[in-house]
Amino acid sequence: MGSCCYIPSPSSSHLLATDFFSWGFKSSKLPFLPMLPNFLSTHCKQQNRRFDRSQRASKICGYYGLRTPPYKLDALEPYMSLKTLEMHWGGHHRNYVEGLNKQLEKNDILYGFTMDELVKVTYNNGNPLPEFNNAAQVWNHDFFWESMQPGGGDMPKLGVLQQIEKDFGSFTNFREKFVEAALTLFGSGWVWLVLKKEERRLAVIKTSNSTCPLVWDDIPIISLDMWEHAYYPDYKNDKGKYVNVFMNHLVSWNVAMARMARAEAFVNLGEPKIPIA
Amino acid sequence: MALRSVSRKSLSLGLAVGQVRGLQSFSLPELPYDYGALEPVISGEIMQLHHLKHHQTYITNYNKALEQLDEALAKADSSSIVQLQSAIKFNGGGHINHSIFWKNLTPVREGGGEPPKASLGWAIDTQFGSLEVLIQRFNAEGVALQGSGWVWLALDKELKKLSVQTTANQDPLVTKGSALVPLFGIDVWEHAYYLQYKNVKADYLKNIWKVINWKYASEVYEKEIP
Repeated sequence: MGSCCYIPSPSSSHLLATDFFSWGFKSSKLPFLPMLPNFLSTHCKQQNRRFDRSQRASKICGYYGLRTPPYKLDALEPYMSLKTLEMHWGGHHRNYVEGLNKQLEKNDILYGFTMDELVKVTYNNGNPLPEFNNAAQVWNHDFFWESMQPGGGDMPKLGVLQQIEKDFGSFTNFREKFVEAALTLFGSGWVWLVLKKEERRLAVIKTSNSTCPLVWDDIPIISLDMWEHAYYPDYKNDKGKYVNVFMNHLVSWNVAMARMARAEAFVNLGEPKIPIA
Repeated sequence: MALRSVSRKSLSLGLAVGQVRGLQSFSLPELPYDYGALEPVISGEIMQLHHLKHHQTYITNYNKALEQLDEALAKADSSSIVQLQSAIKFNGGGHINHSIFWKNLTPVREGGGEPPKASLGWAIDTQFGSLEVLIQRFNAEGVALQGSGWVWLALDKELKKLSVQTTANQDPLVTKGSALVPLFGIDVWEHAYYLQYKNVKADYLKNIWKVINWKYASEVYEKEIP
């Protein structure tokens, strides 16, 4: 029952780390960073001082913070504009975080979870609690920003490529399936490359609204936001262009590699070599 | 059957329909006003994209799905018939909903935003208390709607009652109840407002009342309840 994608941080160090990181990373003017372990989303029962750009003290008792993407907001130009990042991360993602924190103020039972755990608990086995929507969307967006990088796209290498070729036949076939899923999604939702735990193979799935494959115990490897707000400012209704640009220039196969490596701690992908006699 | 009832409904809404080899093929209805006529409430850019791109895409895909359904019916291919239902519901629903939507809006100079009078106005006052209360309810439902969908003022023609309903994605109002008739609907898909209102859905909902065509809603109401 591991939480899928993030290194669980040792409890002794997480409080200190959280303070330091939340202090340092609230500004968005950071150079490109390698992917960070998930200290920030670990819960804090203590009050978090939220420093936004204007440095005013927050009136909201912050249980979860808004994580900045691991690159500057304009680093994905011209494929995803600064304007989109500002609206999408600074508006939508921030609203989900603040909405979640406001809901958590009123609900004792939900204190103390990591983000992954909160998503699964609030999903409540298919009968989602009111907090699920916000929690899942916070998680989804954190995951999404990290699924992209400046200078992304191209092809995966090594283990990820091998696994894709094994489960889809070829990278081209996988790419086709991914694009097709994105274009045939009805309404708002997400497209995912996941590692299915039970079947021990990669698959492309699409989810509606805020649903996240964590709730089915699958391990997400990369995701693409197909809510209209994700592409409308840059591409209007040209979904096809958006998806192709994502595959060609934005998707981070480096991150996918790291996630696959962690996933292999929970899923045995190879056949065990049992010696005879 | 689903197919026949959908096309009958579309015909009754006076939509443009062409005939192709006996199979109904739907086409984009004209907008009863210019793209820029609803400014500043809804920008011309949004109206143009919404009508020419989004609505047209729904129609194109709807026609395609119906063609495929036709073939599947001819071959008695049950699994294809069933599999096509979701595409028909989505794209057909998109066509139905948007066709109604264009009539629900009208420029200010042609009476947009003028409060309803006569029997509809009276029914609203009786059942909701006042028009303001209705608008508040409507906007609350719209803001709370997660993802994509529509908010409707619905008339239950059997119970003769008004209600505020929401539907997800492009589900037409009848999916909420077969006796429900839409008096008007508001599209709360992000494409309906994003370019202008960004993610402040509440502002879009506050402003759209200035161009709501209450006259059309009254006509629909009086047809059901003469």
